[in-house]
Amino acid sequence: MSSAPDTEAAPAAESADDASAPPPVDELRQGIVAVFTKDLGDAVVETEVANGDVWIRVNRDAWRAAGESAKRHGFDYFCFLSAIDWLPNPDLSGEKIWDPDPSAGDGSTGSTEQSSGVAGGDSRFQVLARVYDVRRFVGVTFKADLDEAHPEVDTWTTVFAGADWHERETWEMYGFNFVGHPGLRHLYLPGEFEGFPGRKDFPLLAREVKPWPGLVDVEPMPGGADDEPAEGEEVAAE
Amino acid sequence: MTVTDHQKSMYIAGQAADARINIELETEGMTLNIGPQHPATHGTLRIVVRLDGEQVVWADPVCGYMHRGYEKLTEVRTYPQITTLVNRIDWLSSFANEVPFILAAEQLMGIDAPPRAQWIRTILFEMARIANITLFLGEMGAQLGAITPVFYAFRDREHVLNLIESATGGRFHPNYDRIGGLKDDLPKGWVDECKDVMHRVRDFCDELETLLMGNEIFAQRMRGIGVIPAQVGLDYGLSGANIRASGVDWDIRRDEDSPLAWKHCDWKVWTHVDGDSYARYWVRLQETREASKIVDQLLDGLPAGPIMAKVPRIIKVPAGEAWVHTENPLGEMGYYVVSQGGLGPFRCKIRSASFNNVSIVPWLLQGVYVPDIITILSSLYFILGDIDR
Repeated sequence: MSSAPDTEAAPAAESADDASAPPPVDELRQGIVAVFTKDLGDAVVETEVANGDVWIRVNRDAWRAAGESAKRHGFDYFCFLSAIDWLPNPDLSGEKIWDPDPSAGDGSTGSTEQSSGVAGGDSRFQVLARVYDVRRFVGVTFKADLDEAHPEVDTWTTVFAGADWHERETWEMYGFNFVGHPGLRHLYLPGEFEGFPGRKDFPLLAREVKPWPGLVDVEPMPGGADDEPAEGEEVAAE
Repeated sequence: MTVTDHQKSMYIAGQAADARINIELETEGMTLNIGPQHPATHGTLRIVVRLDGEQVVWADPVCGYMHRGYEKLTEVRTYPQITTLVNRIDWLSSFANEVPFILAAEQLMGIDAPPRAQWIRTILFEMARIANITLFLGEMGAQLGAITPVFYAFRDREHVLNLIESATGGRFHPNYDRIGGLKDDLPKGWVDECKDVMHRVRDFCDELETLLMGNEIFAQRMRGIGVIPAQVGLDYGLSGANIRASGVDWDIRRDEDSPLAWKHCDWKVWTHVDGDSYARYWVRLQETREASKIVDQLLDGLPAGPIMAKVPRIIKVPAGEAWVHTENPLGEMGYYVVSQGGLGPFRCKIRSASFNNVSIVPWLLQGVYVPDIITILSSLYFILGDIDR
């Protein structure tokens, strides 16, 4: 029962909506941001400390420098490297499955505006990687904006050996080119596979052909603001 | 241009230095294909090894035979539906896969599960750990030719699975964790039965310690084999028992603040300095014991109260990004969830432990002997679903 006060205090500090109670300054993580801002200089575009975590967005030219700097400052555990495609695609989201209005499928609902996440972003493609310090138990997430037509960035394999497989995966799923990688080969997909299935414009054919069968389980609840509309047409179509 | 004998021998010497190949016996190289169906790979991992005599020149793991594209599938599902998917990542500790994802969603929504739910989550998390690692503890013997331990492991693991089934309804895929709490409360009599089983688990650990760890053949096949220096392990992102066996004292359960109930228990994180296969086995054996102690303590202090926080019926997660990781049986497992305020995640990066743990294989297998390939792979302990996702 002693955990009760902790659990009640947590949401107030973490909730993004609650502007009235500013979270206490995280000195450890602010210090980390200061270290990287000093080390990388102008290459740091934006930083953010939130939810007990650190995000640092850097110039794509400084991507490898960021990795080397992280390793120099004790962040020598390589966690993961991946990508985000910020292209909005209402056709391929949780909304489409649940929205019974047939006119919604043509992109008239859902956000068509390209957004950006924590620490911002200006482009469609972002590469992100996370490193961790196993002595201070704190991690940093690095991000960099990539060019949409030719997503290309320096490899991290020279800094962290473990980046090898992660870059191969990101290359085959998102089509990012990692300059200097020792061998960008397919990791999961067969060698003759065409296209980049991780990208938002790559259709998920299984869902195009047949609607998600979980749809029939959705029953409207009587009353309540969160009430979903009836599912009659969709169920009949199946 | 002709190649002089001197150049040729220099070349061979260079190769030998690279891969520690024995040049006294010049044998023709051979490429050996292990898998994709091989008992030592726990699924469908294929490893192509280039051999010189009995030694490995290079090794190349080929994965993807079980790739299911979960990262893409999460984008077309709603948050509550995703626990079903992530159950199948590391299928031996399915419940442990659900927890970090649910915690990430809860963090973004700013809700907290009630204490009782957090305690039951922790109990089941640790039971998933026991169910997962006991199999490894037995299987490791089987890889060395000892058949008995694997039967012992299956015998005692069954009790743990029965308990998981009676609480969640699923032996392998519980699908029990919900945003804001749990599906059900524990059934009647569960706590007492669980205590008996935890006792059994500790007996099993003692049994294996005398049966395997004291065995001379076991020690000879494991000691000094597959040594991973801590710095190399960190470079490759090794986590869990694999990195603790190399002397890195890091356990997310102890070192980071989590809503789960580990902070209320008295337990120890074990490390080993050797970094070899034997150390990895030893660390996992201790971890199983500690897990059973954690479960015991949590059962004693299980708080009363609701098991579900108040959550809206239609779960919409506010826009934001969250990274939540936990110490899973295989190592660090985390979810990087990007939400845009919808019913499902916009992007969900699944960081599974085995992916990084296996990526060290090309480095680790260089220069080892063929029979050691099997013991080294087994000692790294990976689950194919955890690599391929």
